[in-house]
Amino acid sequence: MKLEIQNGMFGYAGNAVLKDVNFELNTGEIVCLLGKNGAGKTTLFKSMLGVLKPLSGSILLNGKPIEHWNRQQFARLVGYIPQARSLPFPFTVMDVVLFGRTAHLSAFGSPGKRDRILAGECMDLLNIAHLQHRTFTHLSGGEQQLVIIARALAQQPAFLIMDEPTSSLDFGNQINIIRQVNALKNNALGIMMATHSPDHAFMCNANVAVVHQGTLRKAGHANDIISEQVLKEIYGVDVKVRPLDDTRLVCVPEV
Amino acid sequence: MNPTAKLQSREGGRLTFIFVGLGVLLVVSVLLSACLGRYPLSVSDLLTYLFTGHSVDSSLPTVLLNVRLPRIIGALIVGAVLAIAGTAYQGLFRNPMVSPDILGVSSGAGFGASLAITLSLPLIGVQLMAFFFGLLAVLLALFVSRVIGKNHDKILMLVLSGMVTGAIFNALISLMKYIADSDSKLPDITFWLMGSLAGISFDEIKVVLPLVVAGIIPMLLLGWKLNVLSFGDEEAKALGVNTGRLRIIVICCASLITASVVCIAGLIGWIGLIIPHFARFLVGPNHKYLLTASCLSGSIFMLLVDDVARSATTLEIPLGILISLIGAPLFLVFLSRSTKKSW
Repeated sequence: MKLEIQNGMFGYAGNAVLKDVNFELNTGEIVCLLGKNGAGKTTLFKSMLGVLKPLSGSILLNGKPIEHWNRQQFARLVGYIPQARSLPFPFTVMDVVLFGRTAHLSAFGSPGKRDRILAGECMDLLNIAHLQHRTFTHLSGGEQQLVIIARALAQQPAFLIMDEPTSSLDFGNQINIIRQVNALKNNALGIMMATHSPDHAFMCNANVAVVHQGTLRKAGHANDIISEQVLKEIYGVDVKVRPLDDTRLVCVPEV
Repeated sequence: MNPTAKLQSREGGRLTFIFVGLGVLLVVSVLLSACLGRYPLSVSDLLTYLFTGHSVDSSLPTVLLNVRLPRIIGALIVGAVLAIAGTAYQGLFRNPMVSPDILGVSSGAGFGASLAITLSLPLIGVQLMAFFFGLLAVLLALFVSRVIGKNHDKILMLVLSGMVTGAIFNALISLMKYIADSDSKLPDITFWLMGSLAGISFDEIKVVLPLVVAGIIPMLLLGWKLNVLSFGDEEAKALGVNTGRLRIIVICCASLITASVVCIAGLIGWIGLIIPHFARFLVGPNHKYLLTASCLSGSIFMLLVDDVARSATTLEIPLGILISLIGAPLFLVFLSRSTKKSW
């Protein structure tokens, strides 16, 4: 399956943030999206989720423009993991994960026994089953983010769009999330993850796309793309990219 | 049974217990309300009459059927409607400080009634004007938010538009009071704005009840989707909810039922704000249960407050005054106990 952008121009009326965007996300791949603050990562995601209408060009899911999908059918194929955020009411973790089942319910339905079992399995997968009766708002940021990932898994999508899932998490929780992303990698799931840390792309052995100067460059594998020059160009800082043993590259910023 | 299933069934048992409890409380309140009043009835006489159809007290049937019953049914409807509308709006606007007035329905209805009273229209005219201006205010708020707020946060624009239309209609209410004849019309307007269940008749209930049922059913059915809206518009969309359509349905239903009860009972505040909190405290935030619990709690509360209003003193106390006097401190007590648990 494929989520594809053709000649996309994205942004708000009178203010195009991104132009000439051509990109495709396939199932079975992880793409890390890099770019500095305000470069347009969130604009791109909002457009890909159909929340923000493209100014021009088209976004196709399975070859069909996403504005022709109804929200429910679209949500069965594309899941969204936003940054951890606040909730006005004290729902339990189980309830929050069950929200992910909404796309599979009838118009007036609510989750049943099967949905609960499935939600339980998704929590098991992320090792958070013990949290299920806790109140979501009482959890730590790292736990909340895992719950949101479980919610997206309960949605059983073919594509996962993750908007900086590690932001505002401590070091250990960041690594935990990256590990989970790696564990989720399989042939039926395409993952696109925005991140502020180029190291995450190395850790996930992922492909990299860069949002820079008002456009998107779908570049290729992290090892080929993330270089000292590219990082200097994107973030304006000096970073050394060094091999760590033989398996992985790491970024070492100069201060 | 594994621990999870055990916990779940315990939770289910708790919910059943609460709903049965509310049901019992409702029946008791109805019986109590039927007995209380200027002409007290005894519970045993009442039960004998209800089960056998005979009464030793010859005036019991008249008092019960013509005086008490319409008022009791009216209180049940008004309480349930204001509570469920408040609950649905708090979910819709993702804000526990929201009440059914947020889009200006009460201000609109108040203006409609004041205008009708100033124009010396008969009671039915006052009610129709209240109903239509209540809905008009909401439609105006929706329209304004749509025209002005294309690129803004939709919820925020709705709230602000509601505040603006509310302010305009409140100003118009003041204008009506200002120009109304201060001997005959002004007291009527003031009295209407304070709310009362005294005048409710079976004829009015017959008209209002179908509207209320038609508005409440869709809200009950959409409970789960209201839950999903808690995470905000974009996430709800990404989870597969057509948020625009959901918002319109809930706003239409809530406005319809609120306008229906306001036009027969006048402006009754606070219930739509307090009861949702109380119900959330009882059954948790899941709208699947919360909406029903709100209806039941709202009915009970309205009934008991109305009992006080009509039997505490020889002169009937206007509901608006009483509810604020009882409701405001109650709300504070309640908040101090529940802050941690419910938010």
